[in-house]
Amino acid sequence: MRLDLAHIQRWIAPGSRVLDLGCGDGEFLELLRDQRQVRGTGLEIDEEKITAAVGRGLNIVEQNMDEGLANFPDRSFDTVVMAHALQAVHYPDRVLEEMLRIGRECIVTFPNFGHWRCRLYLGTRGRMPVSRFMPYMWYDTPNIHFCTVKDFEALCQHKGIHILARDVVGNTEREPVLASTWPNLFATTAIYHITR
Amino acid sequence: MNSPADSVGIVTPQVARFGQPLTLACGRELPEYELVYETYGELNAQRSNAVLICHALSGHHHAAGYHSEEDKRPGWWDECIGPGKPIDTNRFFVVSLNNIGGCHGSTGPSSTNPETGRPWGPDFPPLRARDWVHSQARLADYLGIECWAAVIGGSLGGMQAMRWSLEYPDRLRHCIVIAAAMKLTAQNLAFNEVARQAILSDPDFAEGYYQERDTLPAQGLALARMVGHITYLSDDAMANKFGRDLRSGTLEQGDEGQVEFQVQSYLRYQGSQFSGSFDANTYILMTRALDYFDLAREYDNDPVAAFSHARCSFLVISFTTDWRFSPERSREIVDALIAADRPVTYADIAADEGHDAFLLPIPRYLDVFHAYMKRVGEEP
Repeated sequence: MRLDLAHIQRWIAPGSRVLDLGCGDGEFLELLRDQRQVRGTGLEIDEEKITAAVGRGLNIVEQNMDEGLANFPDRSFDTVVMAHALQAVHYPDRVLEEMLRIGRECIVTFPNFGHWRCRLYLGTRGRMPVSRFMPYMWYDTPNIHFCTVKDFEALCQHKGIHILARDVVGNTEREPVLASTWPNLFATTAIYHITR
Repeated sequence: MNSPADSVGIVTPQVARFGQPLTLACGRELPEYELVYETYGELNAQRSNAVLICHALSGHHHAAGYHSEEDKRPGWWDECIGPGKPIDTNRFFVVSLNNIGGCHGSTGPSSTNPETGRPWGPDFPPLRARDWVHSQARLADYLGIECWAAVIGGSLGGMQAMRWSLEYPDRLRHCIVIAAAMKLTAQNLAFNEVARQAILSDPDFAEGYYQERDTLPAQGLALARMVGHITYLSDDAMANKFGRDLRSGTLEQGDEGQVEFQVQSYLRYQGSQFSGSFDANTYILMTRALDYFDLAREYDNDPVAAFSHARCSFLVISFTTDWRFSPERSREIVDALIAADRPVTYADIAADEGHDAFLLPIPRYLDVFHAYMKRVGEEP
């Protein structure tokens, strides 16, 4: 289980309705269903992941969120989750607006581009960071909208989005204190619980 | 001939007789009727593993397996029904019938009208998809099946499956709707009208009384099928299959000899095959049922209000090049289900084959279908 997903789980009420945008092979929805009796729906566009998620007995809709989410009514879910997909959509701000319209609460996780390793890589080598966590070359990456913890919070302020809670995942098990004290420098993954 | 290991093997159609009149949507009554059906797999002790296959416009009860050792072609959905296939007969008890109004053994226009002692012909009552659903529910009663694990259909069959979810919400756990629509578009209606006019204008149709006159509107029926076939294939599929290839003659300037394109020959073959095996009155009746199908009409034309009556989970599948029932039509179904808070899974399968794709072994289609049916089989 990815660490960010383990963190998110505690913010989701048992028995609630969850929409998972970019649900992948459904690992997280399955966990929520089995451990929190959640009624979940997943959105995904990767063919093989859809089949895998359907095989887990989940409700999966093949839909590209870059083409809109207008088919989901206002407040039709308790929580809308988007884990590690914000940086891959065409209009992250519009997707956030839509998530907040569809769900009473939303949970967003993204890789923090402000992490010191990224800064060091760019600062010393002068090239876009490539790492175990971000293995793509700049010209061939699904991640087209990287942002930092500060960037995201500035967007929330600008849009009037209320941050209910922030959580971070550090690079190693030793780093959580650093990551929670200076998240923009030490968080590899940022996790936000937001609402309107 | 030995049937392949993933075939249900040799199957024998059975007949169920119903003496109780069936009140139809048109207000008339069918005093008595027979349904011919096949079953594959075993019904479990809890009677919880039964799935119903609803057939499309020209379909029938013979969906899988072979009727004899000499039979060259298996049933029409053999790609999807059998041991280890998406509708796994090791797991499910599959029921496939010929609908009333059909021409493959169930009571229809070519059957004898008990009141006159002559064939029903064009006087057979007009049918709606719901009439089929009600007759299928009686077949379920007859077989001792209280609740289907799934009701499954492609095209017109998918429409019946959706109607099931509204008419008998407690009698199915899953509804599987493949390459279907909540109602026909004007373009769909237009194609059906051309097909009907082809039949009606054939002098041998004799206003539908051809059976008594001992004629057969073969030409009209073949034409109707040719029009239909064009709409079942995509532009790409036709280009790949036939292109502009010639079957005979040349395209040389000055050569006045008869030229025949491969696609002409294909359509003629399909037309003549069909006209020899299908009943013209049934074709007219079936296309009308298609035309009049409108899932949400009686729910204030609101599909969300309609689907809020459903209790089951849904699987919706479309094919990218299907222009008869395009992916947009399937997305309308999915969107209504989402808005009605019904559990739904949707896949839009990339396929070149157009509407016909739902009958073909397209790997991703079979994978998703298989994965979903595994869930159907595992749920209590």
